[in-house]
Formats: sequence, structure tokens, C-alpha cells
Amino acid sequence: MMKNKNISQGADYPVIWLYAILVAIGILCIFMVEYSEGTNWFTSFIGGKTNYSKQLFFAGFCVLVATFILLTDSKLFTAFANLMYAFGLLLMVATFFIGKNINGSKSWIPMGGGFNLQPAELCKIFTALALAKFLSRQETDFTKLKFQLIGGAIAIAPAILSILQHELGLALVYSSFLIAMYREGLPAQILIIGSSFGVLVIASLIIDPNTLMIILSVIAVVLIYFARRQARRNKGIITAIIFIWMISVGTQRFVIPYIFNNVFECYQSTRIYSMVGKDYNCADNVKSLKKQKAGNEKAPRKPDDYNVRQSKIAIGSGGFAGKGFLKGTQTRGKYVPAQHTDFIFTSLGEAFGFIGCLIFLIIYLALLYRIVQIAERQRSTFSRVYAYSVVSILFFHFAVNVSMTIGFFPIVGIPLPLVSYGGSSLLTFTILIFILLRLDADRQMVLR
Amino acid sequence: MSVFNQSRGRVVQIIIGAVFLIITFQLINLQLFSSEYKLAAENNAIYRKIIYPDRGIIFDRKKRALLENTISFDLVVTPAESKGTDTASLCAILGIDTAEYKKRMLDLIFKNTRVRPSVFEPLLSAELYAKLTENMYKFPGFVLSERSVRTYPFNTAAQLLGYIAEVDTSYLRKYKHLGYEMGDYAGMSGLEKTYESILMGQRGIKRFIRDNKSRIQGPYENGIFDTIPVAGRNLFTSIDVEVQQLAEQLLQNKIGSAVAINPKTGGIITMVSSPTYNPNVLTGNARRKNWGRMVMDTAKPMYNRAIKGQYPPGSTFKPLGALVALDQGLIDADYGVGCGGGYGACGGVFVRCEHSNAGHAANLRLALANSCNSYFSDVFRKALDNRKWGNPNQGYLKWKEYMNAFGLGRRLEVDLPSEDKASIPDTSVYNKFFGGARRWNSCSVLTLGIGQDKMTATPLQMANLMCIIANRGYYYPPHFVDSIENEQIEDTVLMNKYRKKHVVTNIADKDYQAVNDGMHDVTVYGTSAHIKIPGIEYCAKTGTAQNPHGKNHSLFVAFAPKDNPTIAVAVVVENGGYGSVAAGPIAGLIMEKYLNDTLSVAGKATAERVTNMNLIPQAIKNWYTRKDAERAARLAKLAMEEAAEKEEAESTKESNKNNTEAILEQGSKPVGSKKDSTDKYKIKAALLLSEKKKKKMGGRVQ
Repeated sequence: MMKNKNISQGADYPVIWLYAILVAIGILCIFMVEYSEGTNWFTSFIGGKTNYSKQLFFAGFCVLVATFILLTDSKLFTAFANLMYAFGLLLMVATFFIGKNINGSKSWIPMGGGFNLQPAELCKIFTALALAKFLSRQETDFTKLKFQLIGGAIAIAPAILSILQHELGLALVYSSFLIAMYREGLPAQILIIGSSFGVLVIASLIIDPNTLMIILSVIAVVLIYFARRQARRNKGIITAIIFIWMISVGTQRFVIPYIFNNVFECYQSTRIYSMVGKDYNCADNVKSLKKQKAGNEKAPRKPDDYNVRQSKIAIGSGGFAGKGFLKGTQTRGKYVPAQHTDFIFTSLGEAFGFIGCLIFLIIYLALLYRIVQIAERQRSTFSRVYAYSVVSILFFHFAVNVSMTIGFFPIVGIPLPLVSYGGSSLLTFTILIFILLRLDADRQMVLR
Repeated sequence: MSVFNQSRGRVVQIIIGAVFLIITFQLINLQLFSSEYKLAAENNAIYRKIIYPDRGIIFDRKKRALLENTISFDLVVTPAESKGTDTASLCAILGIDTAEYKKRMLDLIFKNTRVRPSVFEPLLSAELYAKLTENMYKFPGFVLSERSVRTYPFNTAAQLLGYIAEVDTSYLRKYKHLGYEMGDYAGMSGLEKTYESILMGQRGIKRFIRDNKSRIQGPYENGIFDTIPVAGRNLFTSIDVEVQQLAEQLLQNKIGSAVAINPKTGGIITMVSSPTYNPNVLTGNARRKNWGRMVMDTAKPMYNRAIKGQYPPGSTFKPLGALVALDQGLIDADYGVGCGGGYGACGGVFVRCEHSNAGHAANLRLALANSCNSYFSDVFRKALDNRKWGNPNQGYLKWKEYMNAFGLGRRLEVDLPSEDKASIPDTSVYNKFFGGARRWNSCSVLTLGIGQDKMTATPLQMANLMCIIANRGYYYPPHFVDSIENEQIEDTVLMNKYRKKHVVTNIADKDYQAVNDGMHDVTVYGTSAHIKIPGIEYCAKTGTAQNPHGKNHSLFVAFAPKDNPTIAVAVVVENGGYGSVAAGPIAGLIMEKYLNDTLSVAGKATAERVTNMNLIPQAIKNWYTRKDAERAARLAKLAMEEAAEKEEAESTKESNKNNTEAILEQGSKPVGSKKDSTDKYKIKAALLLSEKKKKKMGGRVQ
């Protein structure tokens, strides 16, 4: 590295700008949520008492971290990738012993000064690095099942730990590495089968079991009818169709009801059902029945879709042009729960309406496309895999979070990257993005 | 190897783009095509507070306010938001039990939906209001809503002013176009009802932002959508509050009515129907307590006899009988009859006359002054048998036409609701009664000529008749409201009805003079000679209407001063006997008070004497005694039960202690012990009763 090097040299300015804009929008949104008439906004921004001023301080801290990352050597990340991954897992395991319980999940490590760190957040970075490192090894041939499995294991390990910490949302994020892996040669069939399975699950929630069974049977018969010519040459096709039909019906009739009634908690089932607009009857839920018997839980309440309803009301009432800055009645009335964190998008939707949302979406889309672009121009596999991991994580967060607020996805605690309130989250995405920028700045140096 | 997968970068981009598109579509759906969310947001976050305007004030002719507004508070609830209310403490404050709470809640939800605010407890007392304001934070969904309530500083004119009450569902249905809402108050009777649209003003609506816990955050959009309440407009009436008070006082302990009208304008100076009530007992939360009792009262204190009571006018009708004949040219002022103590020209019916001396009906003036029955029977027959009309049937129809023109047998359209038209029967009634049109003639209905038979009139109609005579042939429809504050075109249309002069007769002044002189003579040497108004000559006619149900009704009509009259009065006292005994002095005092502004010493003495006269029929007195006895019995029973409960509680305590004793004593003297305890109850009951009764009686007296 040259001594007189400007820290910003080679860094991708569009990404930095988009990053800055999104963080600024985030602080603005948090301000809208917390603002109450008559307070002096300037002093409360400086005061550090309110969430928006805290977020401002977090952002300031992130600038320091980002600068620091840009000053480091990109080789550092490849070198320490595996070590950091191990360290991350260790931290997550450590939370089981020294963790602090916040909102029912013991996934935080107290850092002193009132700040808490969520290792699962940081672990995303380490996992991305580790996956990149693994896939960029000379001996890795990602077309082979063995390496695919190892790659999958790298992503799944922290996910499992997250589930154990009751952070379902964070665990789900790790599935986004599938996108990165797909780019690196994971067979498309896996994704297709996966999404078909998703369709089947949703269908079995929405459609009456018997009707769905008939539909599936009809599809199978039609397929056999069309495949009868090929079937003469290859008997296996008929067998395959019947086999898939049996799996589908089995899943739809037995596996899904079993999972919803016996594996999930009552509230989880309810949330998933409410997403597709159905009521879930908790009387079917074995766990809630057990709890009732033990006297730990009251009789199941009616399906509670308050959050989604209020969130949709807030966004929907924004209309075309929105109600204006600080004029959102839903926001000011605090109707949307957790509006400064997971539901931050609602304040935007209410205040600035469809136009505001569209501009916001375009900014976000620009960021994601820019990173894909950066990924594709990388010479090293490590950088590319890492870049795709970043895109995947950001995209997954964004898609799930926004879908959640507009009623397309069950409510899981996934923040909107760079916008939602939260130091851990902001820091994680800052590091994630700026490591990418560091790697990108050095893309001319051929690494491995 | 990565080179092989370059196309997959595209695929990733396409996936990302697709998801963004889906999100955009959902946003379009939510934000551009679903109006329900906007509505839901408003229901959520905007609290509409109705600001009730002050109702208009009603003034008397000297601009004294007959009623005023004071502020009271309603406890208003929005059932959908009342989740989490500390029901127990709310019930404790209001003094109801939770069952009642639930019942009221269900009732409100049924009547006014779950999301609209409804009045849970109207018109809180000051004490309740204080208690509730302290604890409001415990009752989400409940708010205290201000409203103005009527008070009546003069405690008078209850039936005229009417009362306001919360609108009910049938009212809302009937007046849908006027935009009333559940919980609004509207005039239900009297002037409050007639002039509702003027008095009510315009409600204002203020919008506030509230948060998820229904706490008010501040005005919505700085109040640009708020509407300001417009106060109701005031009414200026012709009522004279002092005269009204005096008349009410004079009619105390009597059943009857008095009406005084200014003949120059048709403005009603006073209108009393007795028994009446203090209007303050039907305002605020006193209303609920007293309403039932008033409705059940057999003497009907809420019934306005002045416009609804139907009385045979008796001798007070005689001047009108003369006017009809005069107008048709059948007689003139010099016409006389020889009366020897009765009218026998009809053979079958003989109408007795009070006088038998010769010449007491030698002309109209004398006949009026002496109230000669023969004279007016004769005049009546003349009217019916007038050749011009062909037969008595047609003659009667013509006569009836006259009656209607003079305001009898039809509504005078006074500005009070539910005026009665009393009765001048149609020929069909008599046809039916006598069995055919040819089977009756002027003799059959002879007593109509002296104001009996099937004719009736309301006191208002009688007073109006006096106006016509006082004005010598015209009247203005009687009314209370002279003018409306900031009168607008539509008000003028409404009021023009009362500003139109109705000319009734074309009788020469000389003939009117005869009628007036005759009525003046009544006051000089006739039946009301003992009733004097200091410094003022007046004209009057007494009446004693035969009452088949009991003592005769006492009637008195008059106007004063004799020349250029400014007040016409009609007074009816049921079961009052001779017109000059009960009704006469009352009318005299009303005129004196109105014309002289004060009562003379003699007048005051008369007033006191009349006030103390008790003419309530025995049947009604008995009814009151019976009701009082029933109430006393009920109280005694209550007290007894209370005492028994207490006793029981004590005895269970004691029984534990004295268990053994009781077993030992069992059977030894059971009778004695039983008697003992019942005696005890009786004493306790009596003690409790006396206190409670005092309270209740106190309440009833006002």
C-alpha cells in the first residue's frame, strides 16, 4: 500500500452516496416516529436521549468504522475470514452464558454504557467472508455435491444458533446466502424445487385440503396424459410424476398441518396464517393446549393481526402524495408497534405516500444493482462471492421487511437495513458494505 | 469456473427487480386503490368532538330571560375503545353495578354502534363530575363532554317554554334531514319544540389527533377542518313574566287555565294551565327523577289546558251570539225582548233566566249586562231561522261559519305544539244525534245560544274572542314570539302568519259600542261589579258552565281598559262555581297587574284570598292521598327489609356465639321471641321511614 494514498481512492462513490442517503432517510424516519409537538428538535438531536439522536451517534460511529475499514488492507479480510467466522460462532455460543435477555430472546451481549451487541448480526459479515473464502479456494468445485453441502453448512451453522436464541428472523436471513451460492453454480433446480415447495405450502394454507388434493391429482393426471409418449420410452417418468404427486399430497395433507399444530407455537402459526388472510384456530395447537393444561397460558385469543393491520393502515392512508412530513396521524398516534425499528417503512409510506415510497424503492434498487455490478466486475472469486453475499443479505432484509409491512410476509423481527433504528444493525451493514468497497477498490490487484 | 455462471448475475438482477415490482404493485394497491385504509386511519387517529352551541334564550316582553343556559357534563363512551376500563371503579363512582354497566353498554352499542361515541351517563352532578375528572385516566374510551343545560330563573311558564330532552331513535328517524345525532338534545314541547330550528343553532365539530391509547395529541391539521358552533338565536316573546307568575300563583290549588292576550298585536301576555310545575324539575339530571311522576299524575301537570282544555263557554258566549245576529242585520242595538224568567217559545225546552224583572232585556246593552238567557236564546234562534239561508240546517251551517271566523271550533295556530281545536259540532253530528236532518231545528239546539250544548272552546279561543270584541272586529292570531334575533327571510315567512290582521265582522261601530257598553255594565252593576281595577274601566262577561261531572266551571272573559283596550283575558276554573267567584278575581288581578304594574292593597288582599282558595275536586285529592299512602307503604316495606337484613346479619353473628344457649332455649318460649323481633322491626321501620319520608316529601313539594 502506498503511504500517500487517499482513503477514498478507488472507493465506489455511488455506493457511498446511496449509503449516506439511506442512513439519512432512516434518521429522518425515526425522527418522524418520535417527534412530538413542542420539543426543540435541535437540542433533542444533540441530547442523545431520543432514538433519533442515538441513531445519529451510531451513524457518526459508523463513519469512523467505515473510514477505518477503508484504511485497512483488503488482504486482511481474506486472511482472517475463517478466524473471524470461528470467533463469530464463539460469540454466539457465548451469548447462551453471558447473554442478556431483551424482548424474550437471549441473543445480546451487554457492552456497557447501555449498549448491547447482537453477535448474530455481526456473524452475517463473518459468514459472508467465510463463504467467500471457502468458495474461492482453488480446490473447491462448487458443482460437486460435497462442496455444496459444506458451503451450505457454513451458512446454516449460525442460523441454527440463532434459532436456539429464539431469533427466527435472523436465522431466516442466512437463507439469503442461497442467492450467492446460486451465482457460484448451485444448481438452479434446487431453487426451483425450493420455490415450488413454497408455492405448495402457501397453497395448502389457503386452499381447502380436499380441494387442493383434487387439484394436485388433476395436475398429475394431465401431466401423465401429456407424458404418455415419452413414457413408452422411459417408464421412469410416470413413476417420477406419481412420486412427486404423493410427496405433494403428503406434505399438504399431513406434514404442514403437523408442523403448524405440533411444531410451531400458537402465535407463530397464527402469524403465518394471518399473512395469507386466514384465521388459525389455536385449539388445534398441541403446544398451546399443553400450556393451557399446565395453566401457563390463557385460552387462545382471537387471531391477532393488529400489527399488520395498523401497518397497512398507515401505509395505505398515505395515498398518492402522503400526508406530509410530521403530519402522519398513525405515526404521531403511535398506532404501529415497533415503528422505529421493524416497521420504519410505514412512517415513510404515511408521510410521503406512494411517490415517496417509489423514490425510496428506486434508491434501494439502485444500491442493490450497483453492488451486483460491482460484484460482476471483480476479478477474484473471493470478492465476487462476498459482494453477492452482501447483495443477498441486503436484498433479503429489504424484501422481507417491506413485504412484512405491506402484509406479504409474516411478522419476523427483521430490520430494514440502514434505515431501521438500531446500532448493531447499522454497524453490521456499514461493515458489510465498506469491506466490499475496500475489496472493490483493490480489484485491480489480482488475488489468488 | 465462475465464468460459466456469468448469466446468473442477470438472473439475480431479474429476481431482485421482480420482487421490487411486486412490492410496488402492492403499494399501488394499498396507497392508490384502497380508500378503506384512509378511512381506517381517520377512525383510528382523529377524534371528532362535537361542540354544542348555546341554545337561544327566550325573553319576556321586558327582555327578562325566562330561561338561561348553564354548563353540564355528559360522560360519553366509545364502546370500541373502552377496553381496559377500570369497570369496578367507574361503577363505584356512578353508583351502579357491573350488570347495569354491561346492560347500558350493550344498549348503546345496539343503538349507536360500537365505534360512535354515545352518552353513557348524561348531565353529571357537580360532585360526580369532580370525582370522574380525577379518575378519567382509568377509563379509556370515556370522555367528559360539555353541554349546556337550561335553567329557569323565574321558575315559571313551564308548559309554555317546554323542555328539551335527548333525542330518541324515533325522533332521529322523523327528523333525519336535520342532522341530529344520538345524544343530541332537542325541544320536545312548548316553544322549545316550535322554534327548535332557531333555538338550536349549529353544532361545531373539532377534530383532534389521538394516539393508540386514545390520548389527545393536539388539534388535527391545526384545526382547519373544524367548524365553529353557531349559537342559537334568541326569541323575544310577549310574555310578561310577572303577570305569568301572578297568574300561576292565583291558579294554585285549582284546576283551570288563564290566558291574556294583547289585542293590539295578538301577543300572548300570559298563559297558565293549572296545575303546573317548576320547569327546573325537568332539566339536567332532575328530569329522570321527576318525569315518570309527572306523567303519571292524575291532574296532568304537563297538559296545557289553555290550548287543549275544552270547556263549554257558557254565558261568556253571549256577546258573540249578539255579534252574529248584528252582523247578519237580524237585530240592532235597540232590539229587546220581554223576559219573564225564562224562554218558553220552544215549548219542549224551557231555558230559565236568572232575572224576571220587566225590562231587564229591553235592549242589547241591558240584556248583556243582565246576562238574559231568554234574550240570547231568541237571538240564536233568529240566526238559525234566518230566511236567507232557507232552513235551520243551512242556518246552522252559516252560524258555524261565523263561529269558525271568530276562532271557535278551529285551531288558532298559536306557536305551541298540539293545540286543540275544541268543538263547534258539524250538522252531521246533530243529524246523527236527532236521527236525520229534518228532525231537528233551532229549538233542538237552543242552549247553544247560551254557550252550552255540544259546543266547547279552549281558554285561548275565548281570550281571542275577547280580542275581536276589544278590537271591534279584527284580531291577530295569538302567539308568543314577537321577534327573532337576527330575523332572516325564512323566519319572516314563519312570523308573517302572526302579523296578518284578520278582519272578522263588518258591524257598525254603534252596534259594537252596544256590546262593549253591555259588557262594561257587567262590571259596573252586573255580575262582576265587585271586581274593580283601580283607575281602570273594563269590560267583562262572567260565565258559569254547567258541568255534568260535578260543580259548575267558573268562567270569566274580559278586556281592559274599556276604551283602547290593551289586554284581553279569559279565565277558566274547573269546579269553581259562579264565574264571578273564582275566575273573575283572577282575571281582574291579571289585568290590574298588567295595566298598573303593581297590585293595590285591596288587590293584594284579593290575591291572597284567591291563592288560598282550594278548588281541587275531591276525586283528585283522594288520588293524591292514595298515592301518598302507597308510597309510604312501599317505603315502610323497604325499611322493613333493610332492618330485617341488618337483623339477620347481626343474628348470624350472635348465633355463633350463643349457639349453645339457643339450643337450650329452643322450644321453651318460641312465640314470645318471635313477637319480640317483629316488634323490633316495626319500630325500626318507623324510625327509618320518618327520615326517608321527609326527604321524599320535600322533593315532591317543589
